[in-house]
Amino acid sequence: MSRPEDTLPPDLFYNDVESRKYTTSSRIRSIQASMTNRALELLDLQHSSFILDVGCGSGLSGEILTNTEEVDGGPHTWVGMDISSSMLSQALERDVEGDMLLADIGQGVPFRPGSFDAAISISAIQWLCNAESTSEEDAPDRRLKRFFDGLYASLKRGGKAVCQFYPKNAAQRSMISSAAIKAGFGAGILEDDPETKNVKLYLVLTVGGGDITGTVSGLQDVDVMDARRKERQRNGTPADKQKGSKAWIMRKKAQQEAKGKVVKNSSKYTGRKRKIAF
Amino acid sequence: MKLLTLNFLTCARKTCKSTAAAFPLHPKDAELEQIEIDMNPLFVKNMLPRLEWEAMKTLTQELGLPALPAETPAPEELTTEDGEASQVLKDLHVLLMETSVASGKLVCGNCGHEYAVKEGIANFLLPSHMV
Ligand SMILES: C[S@@+](CC[C@H](N)C(=O)[O-])C[C@H]1O[C@@H](n2cnc3c(N)ncnc32)[C@H](O)[C@@H]1O
Ligand SMILES: [Zn+2]
Repeated sequence: MSRPEDTLPPDLFYNDVESRKYTTSSRIRSIQASMTNRALELLDLQHSSFILDVGCGSGLSGEILTNTEEVDGGPHTWVGMDISSSMLSQALERDVEGDMLLADIGQGVPFRPGSFDAAISISAIQWLCNAESTSEEDAPDRRLKRFFDGLYASLKRGGKAVCQFYPKNAAQRSMISSAAIKAGFGAGILEDDPETKNVKLYLVLTVGGGDITGTVSGLQDVDVMDARRKERQRNGTPADKQKGSKAWIMRKKAQQEAKGKVVKNSSKYTGRKRKIAF
Repeated sequence: MKLLTLNFLTCARKTCKSTAAAFPLHPKDAELEQIEIDMNPLFVKNMLPRLEWEAMKTLTQELGLPALPAETPAPEELTTEDGEASQVLKDLHVLLMETSVASGKLVCGNCGHEYAVKEGIANFLLPSHMV
């Protein structure tokens, strides 16, 4: 099956017919719900938060934020951005509680600095990898830069973002994650169900706060990619200097990747202590 | 679009970024509506220190709403002595969460660009020469 991203720009692909089909499909609704719940788990919000939903579509992800129970840190208030007016019309029909902007995230994120506690994006940002036109300003790298720079600024210090996305290939995956890192984020990629056809990637981003495996509880399996991390561990040895530690492995991989070597995609198990077999 | 959101939204143009006049956006021909939602005291409390109160005052004045207090209410003012929701909290809830701009325009004070609002959704798509 061809990727929708390769067929049309998002505002044309998600027309009235496609938007209705998308929003009413029970299969899609349940997949989007489970990924949104996973993203929320990774955000680990402690109290009712103000959240940006990037590529909010018809609000399938947003309504999970609205309906998060108090015991789970909710309910949250969200603002969505989406480029498809048909998707937003579906959201209106469904009476979602979030506010929405008809906007292209490749043009930036129009909120004042430190606006949001957190951001989520479910199945949207891979669209930025497709050129919107032949103009240089619309090239994917420019659009990714405007998006991640804007997202970074719109989050408060200590804020987090989790973006589930579907890269077409390893090049898109690293184009996206390196744009996030350049914007200043601490970044990691979590892979659920790796090496299956249901594999799901979550780009986990933090604003100004050291080791993301520490800031987000339950994130032991995240492949840390933030090369600029200077945080020292309690014993005084920087995490990525401890030979064999996960961070060290990731740093080595990053160095090799930087040299243009092909590095095996980090699996979920990279750097885990192995049981010793007798 | 909730008044809460308007307290964070700025002009999207690059040339307006970091100019003081690009925030807050100014409502024009705005039609307001009131949408009831459940009160969430903890959320209001979380947002309070993040509000630009001066912008809040400008906005309510431009919308012809009753004048706001001179300063951001303090967190203690949100509850009464017996721990109930105070009138201040209820007023903030109505103002921030339930009052929204249903239609009209939002105008940048720096470049004059007008963002149309329809059915509560603001159109922030820019022609590419403005990005
Ligand atoms: C698969 S849908 C996901 C919608 C919603 N997050 C959900 O979970 O149901 C992807 C959405 O991303 C939006 N999108 C794609 N490119 C975008 C862009 N450049 N700016 C804003 N939204 C975009 C599309 O319009 C579409 O609504
Ligand atoms: Zn402007």
